[in-house]
Amino acid sequence: MSEPMIKVEGLTMGWPGPAGAPVILQQDATFDVARGEVFAILGGSGCGKSTLLRYLVGLESPLGGEIAIAGLGRPNLEVGRPPFGVMFQSGALFGSLTVGENIGLSLEQWTDLPYEAIAAIVLAKLKLVGLEGAENRYPAELSGGMKKRAAIARAMALEPELIFLDEPSAGLDPVSAVELDQLILTLNKVLGLTVVLVTHELPSIFKIAQRCIMLDKETKSIIATGDPCELRDHSDDPRVRDFFNRRPRSV
Amino acid sequence: MTAADRRSHRPSGQPRLSLIEVFPQPDRQQLSLSGKLIFAEAGEIWTDVSARIATLEKGDRIDFDMSRVDAIDGGTMALLVHLRSELAARGVRAEFAGAGADVQALIHLYRGDIRASRRVRQRAESTFSQLGRSTIHFFHELRGILGFLGNSVLAAVGLLREPKTGNWKQLAPTMERAGADAVPIVVLINFLVGFVMAFQGATQLKQFGANVYVADLVGLSVTRELGPLMTAIILCGRSGAAFAAELGSMSVSEEIDALRTMGFGPIRYLVLPRTLALMLVLPLLTLLGDLVGIIGGLVVGVTSLGLTVGGYLSETQKAVSMWDVFSGLIKSVIFAIAISVIACQQGMATTGGAEGVGRRTTASVVSTLFALIIIDAGFTVFFHAFHL
Repeated sequence: MSEPMIKVEGLTMGWPGPAGAPVILQQDATFDVARGEVFAILGGSGCGKSTLLRYLVGLESPLGGEIAIAGLGRPNLEVGRPPFGVMFQSGALFGSLTVGENIGLSLEQWTDLPYEAIAAIVLAKLKLVGLEGAENRYPAELSGGMKKRAAIARAMALEPELIFLDEPSAGLDPVSAVELDQLILTLNKVLGLTVVLVTHELPSIFKIAQRCIMLDKETKSIIATGDPCELRDHSDDPRVRDFFNRRPRSV
Repeated sequence: MTAADRRSHRPSGQPRLSLIEVFPQPDRQQLSLSGKLIFAEAGEIWTDVSARIATLEKGDRIDFDMSRVDAIDGGTMALLVHLRSELAARGVRAEFAGAGADVQALIHLYRGDIRASRRVRQRAESTFSQLGRSTIHFFHELRGILGFLGNSVLAAVGLLREPKTGNWKQLAPTMERAGADAVPIVVLINFLVGFVMAFQGATQLKQFGANVYVADLVGLSVTRELGPLMTAIILCGRSGAAFAAELGSMSVSEEIDALRTMGFGPIRYLVLPRTLALMLVLPLLTLLGDLVGIIGGLVVGVTSLGLTVGGYLSETQKAVSMWDVFSGLIKSVIFAIAISVIACQQGMATTGGAEGVGRRTTASVVSTLFALIIIDAGFTVFFHAFHL
């Protein structure tokens, strides 16, 4: 078996608390993501899904444990070009730049391509996410779904092998959400892209995720790992079955 | 129509829709509610019920009889549940009784049928502890700013090694916004400073027949102190606040994180061009400020002290050396670094949405003004000690 794309061992997430004792969000998380798979991070609100993503991309320093991305260790954002793209929940497009400039920014920074070549790549990326003709528009002029697609195009600018998506379909209408799922699946199948996504949308998880982990707020640990459909139907853990079958645990 | 009627949107003269009575029982009190308990009357219901339960003591028991309630809305129910838990805190047991199915559902929704929990009242923080917390906060912020300054120096060294990686495109627009656009206000303020100082000085100097020394007074204080300081304060209010707000809103919308994950060091990409722009424009603006400050003094000298333009200028020339102007410009470069670094640090430390941006912008301006005065005093002592 080839080396996994992401290897996480004993990761402890949290921050120093006011009284000296650290506030722990997740303890001792261990999992890996294979090359070329769509991997979902699930769990109830406030369990640390989006925070886990921040640790994986190197925005936070863990209290303990190891993260290795593409066999390179924990990403160091201060040095060189990160080997992945990230789409943030709100899109996080730079408001002072046009959509085209947003996508072209890393190409200008990290390649020696002439201006015309960068422009051509930007147009191709916009076409890929179905946003032809939006290159000269500013992010404020785009709808929520368009912003997310533009952010995916920006994350894909440097042809990464790995992409992180934070709640890609949250707040989208059902049709746009399905379109976005299709896009993610296509990128995964055609380009062999490894996709790690944080999401709440169960239909989307069953459709696109090959494997998932589920975080739990109470036990501060991973309570399930595996194929989401399998977990829904055959998990031994009632918390996991209830989550996948949308049963409220207590009212 | 009374004020209470207007507040409750009840037509004048119409009676209250609800009725509250107390029936003492052998082992308990019974508070009977009837009619329609609606939110428009919540204020009166609150006062009424509070008054009737005020005399209850520890160990007493009271039932809220709901059997004759025709309707109750969520807001009123929330108030009743709150009063019940207040009673529990006083050691009085209170329960809802006799509710019909609809009312019972609402009681359940607002958790009026579970054991009332005692709310722990938060004690106000003592002055001593507040003082301590503020002191820790001050040093924490200071450490943040100094750490950020250190990182900026490292990033600047890195940029010198690889000038190609700089965000040079941002330099010219930032210089225009911070420099050219600030010219009118810099001119106005510095002119008035020179003007007012000449007036104030003139009344004193006139007594000694030393009118001409107004030129010395204005020339020296404008070039050495007030020109650089006033211009820096203007820039702090204009550009420093703008930088803090701009970077602050980028922080809260995850744009700074996005930059980092794209491999752009935010300090190199956002902070250095801004700092360099201010380092270039602030000395130029200061020079302009010095000039118009002297002109402000000149206007007073010529119009009300009987000096000639030539006489005033030659006195200024005698009094002000090149070093006086130059020392002001050195200060202005350091002021520029302080304004930009503090504003950017505060901006990038922003959390908590729009309110956070406002708070950090305010903090940035206050900290910068504080830093400017400290730096200015430091320079004055330094120049004095070395007879510069």
